[in-house]
Amino acid sequence: MIEVAHLRKVFGAVTAVDDVSFRAEAGEAIGLLGPNGSGKTTIMRTLAGYFPPTSGRVAVAGIDVTAAPLRARAAVGYLPETATWYPELRVAEFLGLCADVRGMRGATRRARLAAVMEGCGLAEVSRRLIGALSKGYRQRVGMAQALLHEPAVLILDEPTVGLDPRQVIEIRALVRALRGRTTVLLSTHILSEVATVCDRVVIIDRGRLVGEERADPLARAEQGAGSLLVRVVAPVAALTTAIAALPEVAAIETRASDDGSVHVVVTARPGAAPANAIVAVVLAHGWRLEELRPLAPSLEELFVSLTGKGAAR
Amino acid sequence: MTFLALLRKELRAYAVAPLLYVVAAVFYGLSGFFFYTQLIYFVQYGFGFNILGNFWVAFIAGAPYSVSMVLLLVVPLLTMRLLAEERKLGTIEWLLTAPVRDGALVAAKLLACVLVVAGLLLGTLAYPLFLSGVQPVPWAPVAASYLGLLLLGISFSAVGLFISSLTDSQVVAAVATLGVLMAFWALSWNEAALTPAGLGAAASLSMFDHFEGFSRGVIDAGDLAYFVAVATFFVFGTLRVLEARQWRGRR
Repeated sequence: MIEVAHLRKVFGAVTAVDDVSFRAEAGEAIGLLGPNGSGKTTIMRTLAGYFPPTSGRVAVAGIDVTAAPLRARAAVGYLPETATWYPELRVAEFLGLCADVRGMRGATRRARLAAVMEGCGLAEVSRRLIGALSKGYRQRVGMAQALLHEPAVLILDEPTVGLDPRQVIEIRALVRALRGRTTVLLSTHILSEVATVCDRVVIIDRGRLVGEERADPLARAEQGAGSLLVRVVAPVAALTTAIAALPEVAAIETRASDDGSVHVVVTARPGAAPANAIVAVVLAHGWRLEELRPLAPSLEELFVSLTGKGAAR
Repeated sequence: MTFLALLRKELRAYAVAPLLYVVAAVFYGLSGFFFYTQLIYFVQYGFGFNILGNFWVAFIAGAPYSVSMVLLLVVPLLTMRLLAEERKLGTIEWLLTAPVRDGALVAAKLLACVLVVAGLLLGTLAYPLFLSGVQPVPWAPVAASYLGLLLLGISFSAVGLFISSLTDSQVVAAVATLGVLMAFWALSWNEAALTPAGLGAAASLSMFDHFEGFSRGVIDAGDLAYFVAVATFFVFGTLRVLEARQWRGRR
């Protein structure tokens, strides 16, 4: 569980994070989105216990990071953004060091080391020097050290930057596998990543929270006003009149396209589901229905509209 | 215990890098050369001593002092990477988000460096051992001079650790540490350039003046307190620099 309440972090004259509040329930995966320099890393460092907040309350797994910093750090696994690790250590040595620093010993230590090396695909490079590994493998070493002590909260700062597509898929699969067991906060500027890995997304711009959304587009559509896109081969005027007359429809917008079909964007009245009625009207007139789908704003659209306001301020 | 894990990590970092072995070679090469030349100098001129009866004076007169000079040259090379490298690599973020106090981290780094310095000093015991084969050596003043060398090594390491915490460049850390140590060392060298009051102040701050007693086999409580104070001051400074991460916002 992650609790961030009125977090404010000031560095000299710069307010990096200003009055940000959000929560993640146990087992939930949250995506932290925002343009570069918007304060994502500062929020993550505060959660990881790198520095205390200037004001506000930050707690991980129910432990306040200011009041009990060491206990809070023990509950967190953290993958820093620019982690390169110690090039002169072998993979197994470095992970062993992590286990020692976390106070793990005996059979637990051996079992956890074996488990993360297996889980992160490091077993075959365990004897290699970290400095000799590719970027993708070094990132896996970072994931392994973050997961080693089975933290209640996992904080990943841009975990897929600089990786090739297969490695990106592997890291995402690793994070998805933790769903439900570990609370994950993941920052990224790859929007599709949020949709595939996270339950919810928190959008930050210039140190302020500008939006909190469900990551899944269909879920967002259910929450939203219930806009539908309908594409029908039909005369424009007749179609417009017929659909606009339906009691479930609040507003419509039509546009004829080159292929002879008509695009209609239907906004439903609150609580109404006009899809069935629209299909009935189309069939009754003998028109050809080509497409009918819920219109949810894409994460890209959301991101641009929410973070754009900041620029205008 | 996490402190021991951190200490092991630091010692390992020394052991796997070629730097330590180059530093050891330079240290023993130079200090051995100085020991040899001073011994010959003493044997030839003798300063009116009964040379054969007081052979050990050759060691006491020169060896600790020349060893300390070589120490001043090599310690900056041993301290430069302590925190500067962690900053450069980004591993400082890993260290400072581990469930470890800043104090334990700084203590592990300082102790690792001091252990390496102590190991180097231990090797120079070969010189008085060599002399003791020719003439009996009174070990008490030798022990006092080695206590002085160890205190000097701890102080040098603390200064180097502090400077290493200020930068992410190992070269900058090494050069700055060398400069600061030289300045500390030479503070009271030129009596003509100082007023009597200034000389008193300089002498009380100068590492040379406080080490001199030890090198002659004398343990003075004031000198002891001085080195403890220097080491404490710079360890405290290092902790404050690490703490400054909360308002600097950079690594």
